Amino acid sequence: MSMNRRNFLKVAGAAGCTLLAANSRPSGAATVKPAEKDVGEFYGMLNDTTKCIGCRACEEACNRQNLLPPPKEPFSDEKVLDRMRDTTPDAFTVVNRIPNGKEPGQPAFVRKQCMHCAQPACATACLTKALEKTHEGMVKYNPERCMGCRFCMLSCPFDAPKYQYDSPSPFVRKCVFCYDRVVKGEQPACSEACPTGASLFGTRRKLVEIAKQRVATNPGKYHSYIYGEHEAGGTSWMFIGAVPPAQLGLRDNVGTASYPEKTSGFLYAVPHIFILWPTLLFGLSYLTSQKSEKEDGHGKE
Amino acid sequence: MERNNTAALPLSHSPTGADTVKGFLRFVLQELKPKGKILTPFNIISGAIIAGGLVLIVIRFAFGLASVTNLSQEYPWGIWIGFDVVTGVAFAGGAYTLCFVVHILNFKKYEPILRATVLNGFLAYCFYAGALLLDLGRPWNVINPIIGNAFGYSSVLFLVAWHFLLYTICQFVEVFPAVTEWLYWPKIRKYAKLCTTGAVIFGITLSTLHQSGLGALYLMASNKIHPLWYSTNIPLLFFVSSIFAGMSMVIAESTISHRVFRDQIDPRHHASFDDILLGLAKGALGALFAYFFLKMIDLIHGQQFGLLATPMGYWYLVEMIGGILIPMVLFTVAILRNNVRLVQITAVITAVGVILNRLNVSVIAFKWYSANRYYPTWMEIWVTAAVICMEIWAFRWIVARMPIMREHPEFPEEEAGQKAAEVVQWKTSDI
Repeated sequence: MSMNRRNFLKVAGAAGCTLLAANSRPSGAATVKPAEKDVGEFYGMLNDTTKCIGCRACEEACNRQNLLPPPKEPFSDEKVLDRMRDTTPDAFTVVNRIPNGKEPGQPAFVRKQCMHCAQPACATACLTKALEKTHEGMVKYNPERCMGCRFCMLSCPFDAPKYQYDSPSPFVRKCVFCYDRVVKGEQPACSEACPTGASLFGTRRKLVEIAKQRVATNPGKYHSYIYGEHEAGGTSWMFIGAVPPAQLGLRDNVGTASYPEKTSGFLYAVPHIFILWPTLLFGLSYLTSQKSEKEDGHGKE
Repeated sequence: MERNNTAALPLSHSPTGADTVKGFLRFVLQELKPKGKILTPFNIISGAIIAGGLVLIVIRFAFGLASVTNLSQEYPWGIWIGFDVVTGVAFAGGAYTLCFVVHILNFKKYEPILRATVLNGFLAYCFYAGALLLDLGRPWNVINPIIGNAFGYSSVLFLVAWHFLLYTICQFVEVFPAVTEWLYWPKIRKYAKLCTTGAVIFGITLSTLHQSGLGALYLMASNKIHPLWYSTNIPLLFFVSSIFAGMSMVIAESTISHRVFRDQIDPRHHASFDDILLGLAKGALGALFAYFFLKMIDLIHGQQFGLLATPMGYWYLVEMIGGILIPMVLFTVAILRNNVRLVQITAVITAVGVILNRLNVSVIAFKWYSANRYYPTWMEIWVTAAVICMEIWAFRWIVARMPIMREHPEFPEEEAGQKAAEVVQWKTSDI
């Protein structure tokens, strides 16, 4: 047994080294948390639902820009507005007509696509960094890194990422905020195509100012709330409208806490466990083996 | 240590001949052949399930996930994750718990079932969690988080993936001595045994983190899981429930093994088997109590009593009463009356409760508000059954060849045997 104790220490050393190596990983588990200044300089999109006329020009521009397959119904077909639609792997943005209870003749039109959160749940959840928050504020997708675990889909509070289930070599599909255009200094295809300025592109900080101004100066026209200013810790895409967000079909169960923070507590506990558990376990194991040795000693007397 | 039919004399060369490369290959090839009757009812049924499952797997890879599964944009994870991985890993919790009891706390009483439990845990990781590859859209990229140029440190899944890999290696190190005994590699066995304690300690640490990590995955789905199941304590709940999940699985598995591999088992172990099961029941009972109170804290803190009178609330009560409270009562009765049969029955009830809990979090209470609920296709269930059958086949193949249930005649547990003898001597001399 005394021999064993020495071996114990050898194993302890070996395991310790491995632990140190392992420790460096989880302790780096800082979440995607840009500095406050950066959030302001992210690009964003302000969707003024009082201005949207439901022409679907944004859908068409998005389709062309992203080389998506042509839809079953042409973009000029207004019948698609009769049902509520969600984005699909082949349609990164869709416009829905939301009936207006007070004035049936004046429905609201609300776009639906990735919200490009300031601290995105999907990019935090991605274990290969296939989804990444860029400095410009887009949540970009690097298809070559993706392994298809779909944890991003589980994590996204808005259910924005969609998946190509019918492909043997599938990808995650969602709006990437026309990353390639924006870095070249152009605006996204959808806002460029928007004839009424309902989708307004700019830096997020400026857009928040504009939204606040519109809401403050037209209290009769707007409901006083900017959806996306604080949702899920703040999103790059924001909505204002005549009625509360829930009545526009926007999710009101998202909360204002940032999603990475939901798991940061757990992840920060990991290095502590990695230090405390082996220490306790080695100690316990040492003590119990001492005890049984003592008993043996008794036997020999 | 007497055993008939086996030469107890030390041999000058390896009896298996596996000490040379050629001999090793010959020995393994020879061992690959099936032993015993081939056309048993179990083999025919499980063989058919596996064959069908393999066909479905080919279809899945040829035509995509939609051809086989009911996964949708709303339900990205189905039973291949919710049952195979999340539940399968919970049941593998017996391995680290028992390693803690035997190797750390030095309760040698449980040693006879330790190897089978660790082997089962190892195979569970290989097969059930390995079934994850079927669910990945691009499984050829699965090594990206391991070797990749882009580590997603911030992801709980990154942590789970690494711990899964490292813990599988730990478990292999823990069962490796049995492999060396089978191949008759005494020298390598000596070194393999030295690694056991390190592997056990590292393994328990990893298990703690990734049993809870599986729960932490669902922390992100805060607006998708019913509030009776969503809790910021999910990691802790998953960890504690993996203890009684593991214990109940060990009780159920060793009960079956004792019937099936009767001829393998040491008569001394037969005698102590009831005692072992009762001990495991006590462990499971303790963990069940702790879990019950943790759940109560969530219920009270969340002020969720109002939710109990809804359909999902009734379902929650089914899980809590059927899967937690009733096992608590039955285990208590069984322990008080030394009723081993009741322990075995309760273990099965507990296991069903754990399955229910994991499926509730991952599938049933997940988007309970959705109009398009997810139900697994028969093909998803079939593939799951095939994976389970494959695991049983692998387990049986190994147990029939390696010293898992029994001690190898050439490699008795020297220290333990001697110690026991000494203690007996001391006791008798005292009288």
